[in-house]
Amino acid sequence: MTTPYPTPEAIHFEPIASRSPPRAARGLAAWLRSNLFDGWRNTLATLVVLALLALVLPHLLQWALVNAVFRPDNAACRAAAETGACWGVVAEKYRLILFGRYPYAEQWRPLLACTLLTGLLAASCYRPFWRRGLLLAWVVVVGVFFTLMLGGSFGLSAVETGRWGGFPLTLLLSTISLMLAFPLAVAVALGRQSRMPGIRTLCVLYVELIRGVPLISVLFMASFMFPLFMPQGTTIDVLLRVLVGMTLFTAAYLAEVVRGGLQALPKGQLEAAQSLGLSDWQATRMIVLPQALRLVVPAIMNTFIGAFKDTSLVTIVSLYDLTGALQLALGDADWRKFFLEGQLFVAAIYFVFCFAMSRYSQWIERHLNTGTRRQ
Amino acid sequence: MTSSSPPPKARSFSWRSKSFRNLVYQLTAVALVIALGAYLMHNTLQNMRLRGIQSGFDFIAQPAGFSIGESVVPFDSAESYGKAFLVGLSNTLRVAIIGVVLATLLGTLVGIGRLSHNFLLRTLCGAYVEVFRNVPLLLQLFIWYFVMTELLPPIETAMQPVAGVFFSKNGLQYPIPLWASGHWLTLAGLLAGGVGAWAWARAARSHLFATGLIRPVFWPGLGIVVAGGLLGWLVGGAPGGLDIPEKTELNVVGGGAVTPEFLTMLIGLTVYTASYIAEIVRGGIQAVPFGQHEAAAALGLSRRMEVRLVQMPQALRVIIPPLTSQYLNLTKNSSLAVAVGYPDLVSISNTSLNQTGRAIECIALVMACYLTLSLLTAAFMNAYNKRSLIKER
Repeated sequence: MTTPYPTPEAIHFEPIASRSPPRAARGLAAWLRSNLFDGWRNTLATLVVLALLALVLPHLLQWALVNAVFRPDNAACRAAAETGACWGVVAEKYRLILFGRYPYAEQWRPLLACTLLTGLLAASCYRPFWRRGLLLAWVVVVGVFFTLMLGGSFGLSAVETGRWGGFPLTLLLSTISLMLAFPLAVAVALGRQSRMPGIRTLCVLYVELIRGVPLISVLFMASFMFPLFMPQGTTIDVLLRVLVGMTLFTAAYLAEVVRGGLQALPKGQLEAAQSLGLSDWQATRMIVLPQALRLVVPAIMNTFIGAFKDTSLVTIVSLYDLTGALQLALGDADWRKFFLEGQLFVAAIYFVFCFAMSRYSQWIERHLNTGTRRQ
Repeated sequence: MTSSSPPPKARSFSWRSKSFRNLVYQLTAVALVIALGAYLMHNTLQNMRLRGIQSGFDFIAQPAGFSIGESVVPFDSAESYGKAFLVGLSNTLRVAIIGVVLATLLGTLVGIGRLSHNFLLRTLCGAYVEVFRNVPLLLQLFIWYFVMTELLPPIETAMQPVAGVFFSKNGLQYPIPLWASGHWLTLAGLLAGGVGAWAWARAARSHLFATGLIRPVFWPGLGIVVAGGLLGWLVGGAPGGLDIPEKTELNVVGGGAVTPEFLTMLIGLTVYTASYIAEIVRGGIQAVPFGQHEAAAALGLSRRMEVRLVQMPQALRVIIPPLTSQYLNLTKNSSLAVAVGYPDLVSISNTSLNQTGRAIECIALVMACYLTLSLLTAAFMNAYNKRSLIKER
């Protein structure tokens, strides 16, 4: 008996080449139509924005590039003051802006220290490196950072912390305060979730008290009141005091972030851990925390961006971080006039770091989700 | 159904009992905190005695001896520190409240702009958010302050964007209505209009529930308020006097004025916070599932009704909690005024601290003020949030 159908082997399956999309949906014209001239409202918006840009951009370019002075030449800058930017101020003062009052001849040390720490920060963003060795690397690099900055050993001349400034100070305050704040934040977050009312109340009080007041008042407290808190005769370095203040402040915000992760974790995880016979401590360490922390990595990144920007506030209590060093650098009468250019330069440095971190935070959010997201 | 409570657990004083262990942990923690506090207190008192620092809040009633550049209520240097603190607080509130309103408006516009079909608008709004979010607020304030005090023309050649409005290194001067007794009637008219509008909204609501027919609420309500105000103004004799600032040889006199410091704070805080609010608004709008739009369309709702009845309530639910914390952030960030010399609470407290040496008292006062503000705002917004939550029955 023969079937009227051909055998599978006899079928030659050849896909037909897909047809190209209609002409109206292709190419530049289609993109322009759907993105710029899609209806009269859209067209109006396009025209308004274009008109605004035409009004502003030429002036801006003229000022920032065409008429700008790039040489560190004060006379030329003054001559062009009304029409062009004086980027020469950056060329003239960049070492003072970047390293503050650190001894001029020794500035290779903060440069090297910052490069190491920034490099390690970048490496820590790469997920295959997330292992025990990284922790060790951090301990080593932070040690090297302080050795380089402080001096007094390995034949390096000692530099007191009062002369530290500029970018190293910004990096140090943000990184170290976050590193110190992290364990405290985890402890406080766990305490706030605890069933023990005494510990819970303490943690809630701490978090709400700190989050209710501005950072600047915490810094004032660190610089004015801390010395009174200490036993008679002990003096604590102002940098250390500010570091403690920033750590306490960051920890309160970080604790809320971690608490978010703890709350997002399904209760079943803890119950499963208990049914396996794990103790509370084991369950927290091996089941709860790894999952909760993974959930909040992007939010921790955002806290870090916040801490990085907030370091600028130490300027108000007379530490010369990047923002403060700028005030220091442009203090003399010759260059005072070109403050704006210096400020834009510093703003660009902050922007590059914060923007990179926020992009990374968005990327890691997608990346970490891949394991748990249901298709 | 009857339920019997579990029998009370017998507390056993053994390390094996979890409740006993927990009790010990808590007592230890509380004792440690108290001990730390006592230690710091002891040190502080000893230090203060040794350095001869006076303490106590008695300085509040003493004359301050410094003048304040600008204030909502007039302040004289012979008045007390307490009054100075109040003036500082009022300055903080002034910049924070106006800033919150402006930042909400700007942030909402930019947030919606980021979702626009228009490529240029979308990109521009995105660039705005990225630039202002990724530069420290303090630096932005320094930049605005430099622009306000160095780059603007001096007062002799003040910019005049509209007749009667002057913009220069000395700040912004603008016309204000001359206060006449007729304005009281205008205010009363506005108030009556407000009550009328509320009554109209109630009537429209009961009409809707009785007949199922929708009456417009917003425009008629606005009309009633405006009509009330207008009526009061006319009855009051239509006072139309304006105090317009006038330019003399070297100065601009008359009218209302705000200082460059206030403008710096207002613009800086608004622009910075708006970039955060824009992201919150965008996220809130995107959080409404597309199916809601389809369902609204299937019900035959017009686009406007869809936005008002379907999209907005759901988006607001996502938006309000983070928005609250942005409002609080703006208020707390207004403390950076100390860097540009706007006499806010922190600046005043700093001046008082330097004059009296009462560091602990001054900082404690500032912290207490901010804490109260934070808690009040949080309570208010939580109440509002509760209203917009899903009504689960």
